Amino acid sequence: MGRYVLRRLLQLIPVFIGTTFIIYALVWAIPQDPFAGKCGQRPCPEAYISAMSDKFNFDDPLPLQYLKYMGNVITGDFGDTFSGISVGEQISTAYPTTVKLAIVALLIEALIGITAGVLTGLRKQGFLDNLVLVSTLFLISLPVFVTGFVLRLYLGPQGLDLFDVGVDATDPTFAQLILPGFVLGSTSMAYVARLTRSSIAENRHADYVRTAIAKGQPTRRVVGVHLLRNSLIPVITFLGTDLGSLMGGAIVTEGVFNINGIGGLIFRGIQEKEGITVTGVVTMLVLVYLLMSLIVDLLYAVLDPRIRYE
Amino acid sequence: MTAPLLEVEDLHVEFRTRDGVAKVLNGVGYQVNAGETLAVLGESGSGKSVTAQTIMGILDTPPAFVTKGAIRFNGEDLLAASADRRRDVRGDGIAMIFQDALSALNPVFTVGFQIEEQLRVRRGMTRKEARARAIELLDLVKIPNAKNRVGEYPHQFSGGMRQRAMIAMSLALDPEMLIADEPTTALDVTVQAQIMDLLREIQTERDMGLILITHDLGVVADVADRIAVMYAGRIVEHADVYQLFRAPGHPYTESLLESLPRLDLKGQELKTIKGLPPSLTNIPSGCPFHPRCPRAVDVCKTEVPANHRLGLDRTSACHFAEEVVSRG
Repeated sequence: MGRYVLRRLLQLIPVFIGTTFIIYALVWAIPQDPFAGKCGQRPCPEAYISAMSDKFNFDDPLPLQYLKYMGNVITGDFGDTFSGISVGEQISTAYPTTVKLAIVALLIEALIGITAGVLTGLRKQGFLDNLVLVSTLFLISLPVFVTGFVLRLYLGPQGLDLFDVGVDATDPTFAQLILPGFVLGSTSMAYVARLTRSSIAENRHADYVRTAIAKGQPTRRVVGVHLLRNSLIPVITFLGTDLGSLMGGAIVTEGVFNINGIGGLIFRGIQEKEGITVTGVVTMLVLVYLLMSLIVDLLYAVLDPRIRYE
Repeated sequence: MTAPLLEVEDLHVEFRTRDGVAKVLNGVGYQVNAGETLAVLGESGSGKSVTAQTIMGILDTPPAFVTKGAIRFNGEDLLAASADRRRDVRGDGIAMIFQDALSALNPVFTVGFQIEEQLRVRRGMTRKEARARAIELLDLVKIPNAKNRVGEYPHQFSGGMRQRAMIAMSLALDPEMLIADEPTTALDVTVQAQIMDLLREIQTERDMGLILITHDLGVVADVADRIAVMYAGRIVEHADVYQLFRAPGHPYTESLLESLPRLDLKGQELKTIKGLPPSLTNIPSGCPFHPRCPRAVDVCKTEVPANHRLGLDRTSACHFAEEVVSRG
């Protein structure tokens, strides 16, 4: 196990370098002139251009620029934007909100998805089964901004006023994040429900379930312990991977509910051509995603004792 | 005479599927006393496992429906009992072990957990007591180094050890009756013998009733007291082991015995039973065995044979039972 983790961590290095280099190159390649439109209608003054070129190493060839940038990132310095705001600071204000939102979304999709999946997997073809199948299809088909706007309109302050949304955009409470979390997790929730349902239905007739019944174990234990423990292996793996992508921020959901998370930060970075912000944020997200996928692989071995990593 | 420990009477079970109704059991009856081994013999699909699962009450309804009959355990009709009562009997009164221990044990829990679960949930033992008892049980079924192996997962056990672990699990609540559904089929021959020895030993020690479901005549000869031969969802012959091997009372049993390889007939072609077992959605009229029976005559095609008594505790469902026995 220790050797496996070490090998996986070493594999992260080339992946990390590759992805960040591509991002760095792309961000600074579009637009070709980083100063286009930076100084309003007029071209930027020479002094500004030379100062900024110096700051971002524009005069160096791209690989060297990248190396200098990475050298700073490793020491924890993500650099400053054109206007001098620290990217590290931008991330540390926005990221807690994104993490909170991701956790709320994950909890909601796990709770509702698994419950719906278990109930329908045990009793296929019933009314509930059809209801869940249709409503999950609905959620999967709808774009997130539609679900977001509709729910905000009808359940938010202008509608039934069931949920308090987006009052404090910089540091929202968990209660304020319930509705955005639901919207953000809705598509995955549908997948979780379907995955759980098929997994439960498949394992329900497994030999070990029959053994548990033959042992005279109470039904809730047969289902809740023996069946569920086996059926949740693929579901938890999916949820782990999903948490990795939720951590990457949610441009649309954050936009609809006016939440200042990491998604909005990237979005504004791209719009305002703040290359350093985009590179910084994405570099960090790549790292988070890679670590999450490693954790998921390790979790898989914990959940299924038959899997051994050499 | 005291009442038998388990008595199955005229049991009818059918599977209602989209493709029609399969009459899986058509009047099965047998009884088992404490300390006695009944072997239930038959081809795949003859209904031997379904009978066992009906006794345990673990058939899935639908598709399976019990349409007629009674199962009496210590005089109590289980088919009339409540679901809760039936669950109480499972594991505690009647326990069951299955063919393939690898798939029958839960892959994600340790062997110890699966034994302790019975003791904790059903007997209210603490974790510590249950662990100690689980180790004792593993010792009892002769698993070496039980103390360390109790924390291992089923896939870490060898085939024979897994079957031993399953036996240990079935003994956790000291059942009066054990049903073993082809316990040795998935094992190699030397391990088979060890498992059968173990079962016999445990049964004698505890004076347990044992139903041994098998299609292996060799296993039967060694351990069974009595044999019930099943064909197409009914018992065609029921006899003492010695009587049955010496003079089979039904043409089907006769054919089964003839299809056994024998050392003294080395070099000769092995006899087989012609044809296939009948489809249960379409059981032949009259005697279900008649299309494959070497002795079949006209009456076999039209009339269902009754159970002919061939002496004390011996029956055969053949029109010519007496004749078959005397010729055998």
